[in-house]
This record gives sequence, C-alpha cells and structure tokens, in this order.
Amino acid sequence: MESADGAARTLLSIGRLSRGPPFGRAHGRFGLSPSGRLLLPAPRSQENADPQRTAFLLRKQWTLYSVSPLYKFSNARLRDYARLLGAFIAAEKQKGLAVEVGVELDIKVAVSSLPDLKGSDQDQAAILVQLSSRSPASPKNSEEKLVWSGWFCCVSGDELSENVPEDFTCLPLFLANGAESYTSIVGSWFQKTFDCSFCRLAISPLNLSWMAAMWTGCKVDKTASAMELVFSVPCLPQPLDISYAIHPEDAKALWDTVQKTPGEITQEEVDVFMDCLYSHFHRHFKIHLSATKLVKVSTPIASAHCDGIIKFLQSQYLTGVLMLLTELAISQIQ
Amino acid sequence: MQRRQSSKTPKQPPQVHHKNQTDLSAWRKGGRTDPEKSVQIHQSPNCQKNDSKQDSLEQALRYFEKVQDRVSLKKSDVLQKHLTTVESIALQRGLPPEGFDVLLNVALSGKLADTVNTRLLKSLVPASVIPENSVVSSVSWLCVSKCSGNVQLLFLRWLITVFDFIDHKEQLHALYGFFFSFLQDEKMCPYVCHLLYLLTRKESVKPFRIRRLLDLQAKMGMQPHLQALLSLYKLYCPELVTITLPGKKKTYFKNSEGPWKAAINAVRRRNQESSPVSQPLFLGTAQPQSRKRKWNTQLIIPASSTNRNNLEEDREKNRVDLYSTNESLPLEQLQTFSQLLQNIHHLEFPSQMGSVLTNPLLLHYMNCIKDESVYLRLYYWMGQTLREECTWCVADNNQYEEEFKDFLETVYKTECFLQEGFSSCEEFLYKSLPLWDGCSCRSQVLRLVSWIPLSSFSEMKSHLYDPLAQLFFTSSLYFKCSVLESLKELLQNWLNCHVIHLDSESDSQVHSLNTTLSGLVNVVAELIHFVGWISTVALRLENNPTFLLYFILDFYETVCDMYLRYNLPLLIMPPAGVFYPALLSMDSVSLNQLCYIMYRYRTNLVAAKENELSKKRILQFKFSSQTYQEYNRYIIAMVGCLWTSSAFQKDIHPQGLQMDDELLKKTTAQEFKTSFNIVYHPAMMGYAVLFLQQAQPDDTTLNFSLIKGKKWDWYLKYLYAQGLKGLKVFIESSINRISQASHSKAEN
Repeated sequence: MESADGAARTLLSIGRLSRGPPFGRAHGRFGLSPSGRLLLPAPRSQENADPQRTAFLLRKQWTLYSVSPLYKFSNARLRDYARLLGAFIAAEKQKGLAVEVGVELDIKVAVSSLPDLKGSDQDQAAILVQLSSRSPASPKNSEEKLVWSGWFCCVSGDELSENVPEDFTCLPLFLANGAESYTSIVGSWFQKTFDCSFCRLAISPLNLSWMAAMWTGCKVDKTASAMELVFSVPCLPQPLDISYAIHPEDAKALWDTVQKTPGEITQEEVDVFMDCLYSHFHRHFKIHLSATKLVKVSTPIASAHCDGIIKFLQSQYLTGVLMLLTELAISQIQ
Repeated sequence: MQRRQSSKTPKQPPQVHHKNQTDLSAWRKGGRTDPEKSVQIHQSPNCQKNDSKQDSLEQALRYFEKVQDRVSLKKSDVLQKHLTTVESIALQRGLPPEGFDVLLNVALSGKLADTVNTRLLKSLVPASVIPENSVVSSVSWLCVSKCSGNVQLLFLRWLITVFDFIDHKEQLHALYGFFFSFLQDEKMCPYVCHLLYLLTRKESVKPFRIRRLLDLQAKMGMQPHLQALLSLYKLYCPELVTITLPGKKKTYFKNSEGPWKAAINAVRRRNQESSPVSQPLFLGTAQPQSRKRKWNTQLIIPASSTNRNNLEEDREKNRVDLYSTNESLPLEQLQTFSQLLQNIHHLEFPSQMGSVLTNPLLLHYMNCIKDESVYLRLYYWMGQTLREECTWCVADNNQYEEEFKDFLETVYKTECFLQEGFSSCEEFLYKSLPLWDGCSCRSQVLRLVSWIPLSSFSEMKSHLYDPLAQLFFTSSLYFKCSVLESLKELLQNWLNCHVIHLDSESDSQVHSLNTTLSGLVNVVAELIHFVGWISTVALRLENNPTFLLYFILDFYETVCDMYLRYNLPLLIMPPAGVFYPALLSMDSVSLNQLCYIMYRYRTNLVAAKENELSKKRILQFKFSSQTYQEYNRYIIAMVGCLWTSSAFQKDIHPQGLQMDDELLKKTTAQEFKTSFNIVYHPAMMGYAVLFLQQAQPDDTTLNFSLIKGKKWDWYLKYLYAQGLKGLKVFIESSINRISQASHSKAEN
C-alpha cells in the first residue's frame, strides 16, 4: 500500500461513470461494481497531514449522504455562508418570524475548510460545518457546546470533478453527526442555496464485503480489537442477527493467502476471501452465511453499516476509507 | 341599497345554490359583489335548513341595518334573536363580505349597549374576505369616538387579527396618519403600534413620525411595542433613526388574537370540507405541506425563487463597479410573457433549477439560453429525484405512486415543451425498466420512453429493447398497443430531431459525435427492426387482432415516409409477419391502411431512384437493391390478391401465399382461383354484398361474378366513396390500367 499515492489510479474501474456534457453519453454507468481497486492508500504526504487536525472525526458515528455538485459555491465566502446558515437555522426554529441576519443567535454556525482531506490535487478541500449552542443562561460565557457537525468531502473524485464545469464544486460525500433535525435544516439550506440534492448513501452487502477484505489487509500498529461481521437472516418473523468475530491476525493470515498482487484487490479475491469465511462458519455451525445479508463490518480500521453509517477508527487510513466512500457516492450521483 | 334586493328574490332550488358555490371569484372582486351569490356561497348544498339559516341571517342583517335607537337587549326579543343568529352563523360558517359593513357600523356607532357591541364584534369571523370599505368606514366611526374605549380596543384587536383577510389595503394605507394619531391614547397605543407595524411601508416613515415616537418613548419608557415600530422604521430608513435599540427581543406585541383566531381556523376548515372547490381562502399562499417523511425528499418541485446567494454576490460586485446597472429582475415578479421578453437580457435562473418544470416562462427562457450549467443542474436534481422516488425501485415508495405519477407527467410535459429528452430521464429508464412491472405509472413511463434522446449507441438494445420486449410479450393486448404507440412517438421524435439538425447543419456543434448520418441510420434501423420483430411475435401471440394491427401499421405509416418527409436515406419494408396478416386481414381498415403504406413506399422509392439517377455524383447512401426487390415481391403479392386473382400462383415471397394447384384442389375450395381480389377478399366481401344490393335490388342471389366490366369500375368507385382512400391511391398508382386492357384482365 506504500505504492499508493491517491493519484495513481491505474485501476480505475472499467468503463465507469464518466459523464460527458449534459445530453452527452455516459457509458456503462449502470452501477457495475469495479473489478479491481487499489488497496487503501496511506495518507498522501506527511507534511500536510497532521493526524491531530482530523482526530475529531474519529470514533464518531457518521451518517452518509451523497451530494450532487454544488452550484456557485465559493471557498472564499465560508464566513458569509456561516452567517446566512445561522439565520436560516434560527428562522427554521421559530417558524414564521422574520430573523435579522447577523444578530447573535442561540445556535452558532461555523463553516471552515479541512484542507487535509484530499486525495488528489483536483479534489476540493473538505468543508466542515459545525453547530454549537450557547447556554442561554450565561450568554457571555464563552463555553459552547457542539451539537451537530457535518462535512463535505471528495477524496480522489476526479471521475466526477473532471467532467463538471467551473461553476460547480464537487464534494460528493457528506457525513453528518448529530440530531437529524439539524441535518435536515443544514441540508435544506445547502439544497436551496447551491441547487444540489442530498441522498442517503446506503452501502450494499457487496461493497461491505469489499470493505471487509480491504480493511483486513491493512496493518494496524497496536493489538487491535476483533474483526466483526454481522449478518441478518431474512424472512424471519423476528429479526435474527448473526455476529461473526474473527481475530484480526487470523483474518489477515487468510487474506494474505488469498491476495495475489500486493496493493491491489480484485472482485475475485474478495469473493474467495468471503467464501472461505463462510465455509469455515458452515463447518462449525452448519449455517450458510451466503444465504444471509451482510449488514455490518467492524474492523480496527473502521466500521460500516449497510444503512450508510460509518465510524472511522484510524486516522492513518481516514483518507483511504473516504476514497472508497467517495467512489460509492459518485456512483450514486451519476 | 342593493343588498335589500336579495331578500326579495324568490328562493331558488338547492341545485342552483350548488352551482353558485363554485363561483368564488365573485367574492374577490371586492366592492359590490352580487349579494345573492356571496351570501350563499358557503352553504352546503344539501338541505333546506341552510336556506332558512340564510334567511334568518339576512333578516338579522336587515334588522341591524335599520336599528335606530338604543334597544335594550333584555327587553327586546327581536334583538336577542338576531344577535344569536349572527353569532351562531358566524361561528359555524363565517360571515359573508357584505355583512361586515352593517355589523361594524352598528357596533361602532354606539347605538346599542356595549354588551351587544362586544358580542357583535366578537362574532365578526370572515368566511372569505373582508371588504376594505367596511374597515374604512369603521375607522371613521372610531374617529368620532361614539363607542366606548373597550369597544375601540376590541375593534383594533379584531383588525390586527383579520388583517390578512382584508381584500385591499390601499385606502387603509391612506389612513396611516389617522391610526398614527391614536398613538397618544395610552390604552390603545400597544394595539395601534401593532397595526402600524403591519401597515408601515418605507414611504410611511417620516421624520415627524419618528420624532413623535421618540417623544412617546421618552414619556412612557422603553415599551416593547414602540421599540418594534421604531426598529421597523430603522430598518426602512436607517439614516433617520439613530438611536440604538437592544438587539434581542422575543415578543414585541401582546397576543391580540382574541376570540377570533380559533373561530377563523375552524370556519376555514369546515368550509373547505363542504365546499366543492376546496380552494384555500386568502391566506393560502403557502403550498400545502407534503405528507412526506424525509427532509431531503425531492418530489416537491421547488418554487422558483431568486438566487439569494448570487444576489448578495452581485451586490458586492456592484459596490465595486458603480456603473453597472445590470440589476436582474427577481423571478417572483416574472408573471407574463411580455415581461419575459422585456427582461430577457437580465433574467436569472432560479436558485433551484428544478423549479423550471412548473414555470413555462422559464422554460421559454431555457430554450433560448445555451448554458451547460442549466442542464447540468437539472440533470443532477432530476436524476436524484427519479432514483429516490421511483415507486418500483425503492421499497416503501408504493404509497406515493400518485405523487410520482404527477412528477413523471410533469417531466414528460416539460420534454414535450422543450422538444428534447432529458438525459437523466433516459438513464432512469434504462436503470429502472428491467425492474418495472409494466403496471405502476404505466402510461407515464411509456410516454417518457418516447423522449429517449437520439444517439447511436449500442446500449439501446440491452437497456431498452430487451426489458421492453420481455414485458411486451407477457402483457396484455392493450399494453402491447401502448408500447407500439410510444415507440412510434420515439421514432417520430428522432426523425424530427434529425430534420432539425439537417436544417442547422452549418453549426456542426449541434451534431454530437454520435449522431453522424450513418450512426443515425443505424439507430433508426435498429428501432424499426425491433418493432418489426415484436410486431410479428405479437400478431401470432394475439391471433391477429385488428386493434393490434392498427397500431403496428400506424408505426409503418411513419416508416414508409422517412425518405420524403424526414429526408432520411432509409426505407425498411415491414416483415412478412406483419405484411401478410395485414394483407389477409378480415378487416377492410387494415387492408386499406396497408394499401396506403405500400403506396407511400412506392412514392418514396421512386423519388429515391430519381434522385439517384439525376445526381451525377455518387450518393453516400442509396437504398440497396434488396429493398426494391422486397417491395416488388410484396407488390406482386398484393396485386395478385386484390386485382388479378393470382395470389396463389404469382406470389414469389418465400413466406408468401404461393401454392400448387394440386394442393389447392385438395382444399376442395371452389373457385380458388378467384378467391382473392377486391370482390372476394374477405375484408372486401361485405362491400361487394352491399354494392350488389344497391346495384341490383331485385336480385337476391348475390352473384359476385356479375361484378366485372363496367360494374367493376362502378364497384371501384363505390369502394372509394366508402372511404377506402388507401385502396384508391394504391390502385391508381400501382396498377397499370389502360382502360381496355384492364377490362379484359378483369374479365379473365
């Protein structure tokens, strides 16, 4: 995985999702899964990747959305956006009353840029939106409580950004943490202001198995927690989940026997890896996991749920995971 | 005193009232509306009871109009009765517009006791609107202060609550000064402030008023209502109001909604239920809330609104560039086509492009503007919406089928308007057709198919034809016909688009790479072959119904004319599986249609041949000799079948009718030789019978062999007169009749 600078996208999935101008042709864009992917790249270069600066993104549950390109978004106006969004939130919260822009409000909005979260030079810098509340009792007290945060990002999303005219900003992946009511207000504001649309990004079982395989192959420094796969059994009157935990070293050993070319993964390898796990399980419990649905993958790198919820655990692999998620988001948009 | 007349008109039957109910517009014109109509407007249509209520309200109003002197409530039963009538009707259905004048006059004139006045004021619940005149005249009562302070206060509170129900406000604005003068009354001051707050416009802010307000503030201290008005003044004219006001203020005004708000809402709800036109009354500017569950739901087509984001940016730019006068027209003000024309140079697209779908003016504008970002914004929005809201691709969406249908309908209409398919829609179809059951939103989906953009591109087969064919073969006859219909539209749209491109050949940019002529010919040929194939199979599956045949031949009516009408160097004959069922159809409609089609094929082929011969240079495209051969074989079969009675002998098509005489003899059919011509053809025999009956009314033997010679010509004329125009043009063009020769032929 040392080979992998995010820019070296030799494996760009076959004939995927390049969109020409409107009313032009796009070929083979019908959600085919790529036949091969790069292993998670390590962070781009050490100089601009201070793990401290993105540490706050770790160990939180993020709900995933795909976002179509933002129209007339400008990085130079983040401060204005914060002001307008603040007024919008206040207005939404007290429906119907006019709100003066720029007045001190209960919810403070900060919009900032996260330049670290990039895959290639074409990627836009990620945008972080934070809402914090001031306690009404002591307005002068500077202590503010973070109530909601969300960020837009694009890691190696060249596929999308290359095909979009200047007026558009490609930040196809949106991650939110906090009350959904805030997600809804912030999302609506972005939709209205930049003519984009938000869509929940679910992760298919196929992509979850990709994640399981990709993340198994990653080195983690410390003794890590177990890798866990959760399966749900369909067509039962009561929901039944099967949890399958594997020692990370065992999983890694299995993966090493499966993987042929270091630094690269193919669909076939993923299938073999999962089949091995399934047959092992079948030997012990006489249950065919292949007949169930993979709903959650937890590894020391990250954990992902099919509903489109993710938790990052290693800042080292943050951009790598984001790259995969960006790819999924783009394929949902196009 | 027009109002009086209404009581004299005789009662009308209930259904007439019902009719009147729909005429809500009569109310809105304000001023003098036809009292009869408006009084009846919110009646439920069904019962006599309402009629009597109607009468009693009219009586009550007449009473209050005439009442002269102070009548004691306790002593007068009449007053009591009318007061209760007004109260109960007001609470149930609200009062009609012309009731307000009477009741406000009486309540504010001080003729009656305060208890009565209060009760009257409290029952002033509007059913629809309140005429401005009545408010103006009541303000004049206020100025002469005939009524008590409490009634004055109550009136002001009422006015604040029903402010939005007043039909016009121009005259009310003219009274701004009067209201302002009431500020000095300490009790009335808070309410007057509120009212002024509602009335104030920028031009109402005057230095002397500001001074007066500041004086009042100095006298009464920091009162929230004064602050509110001052901050509004400051907002309008910051240069005139220099004091600093505390920024934060929760509520400026006391709740003055009084007893009316709940009653107004109840009346509105009730009237909407019973009224046949559930038209929102005056406050209904907000769109009805969708019952959708997700915040990011896309199905609501956004309203067009100016892009604030850009506005602000522009303003910043303008600060730098003082000469720029290029202020754009706010979209909210764009209402008419002429406005569009006048402002077309400084219009801006809405903040959310999806809103153009419901705004024809913007669609016009979109048609003139060649801006890629416009389509791209629409592309992303529409793509996402279709994907997320599709009722058969996304579980749990079933319940929203109606909404989705409406949406697809809107998209289709937009495509028709722009004469252009959306690529997001095309992609949606390709993705969702394999999952489609052929039922949900059927007509909408099939109509959208007809706008799939033209492009030579091999995915058509796997993404459109294959899934469509599967559904086609397994669905009902009607579904098959609708598919054929929409494929015909698709073909026509492609051909039209091609013709437009031909016209604008010079700017070759329009031609995308994929639509070179040969590419186009290939795509069109692919579609026609596909339709030929499914038609053949469908005719067999369904056993050649005329209904289906009609749709198939309808498709070929476009195909046979492509060369001349659309300038496309391509002609494809129908397959034998379509041609023969039409030729041997039991129905003259199909036969006639086929004749017309063959005639058009002939005309096109002849024209093509002539062009080929006349032009020296080698044409890039010419019809292969195979096409001519195929046409000729069909013509031989047709002439044999309709004219020379030699179908069994002369037909040389491999799938044709040719049969050995030996074999024919075995059928034991008599006179098999003559079984097919315009007399004996099963589709024509009915005409032959009618013809004989008319020509020889006495002869009941129906001897068909009598139709020959001169009678043959008469028979032809008879057929043409029956509307078989296709047959006519076919015979006239394809059958060489030199009068005598043909006669002898016919006699053979």
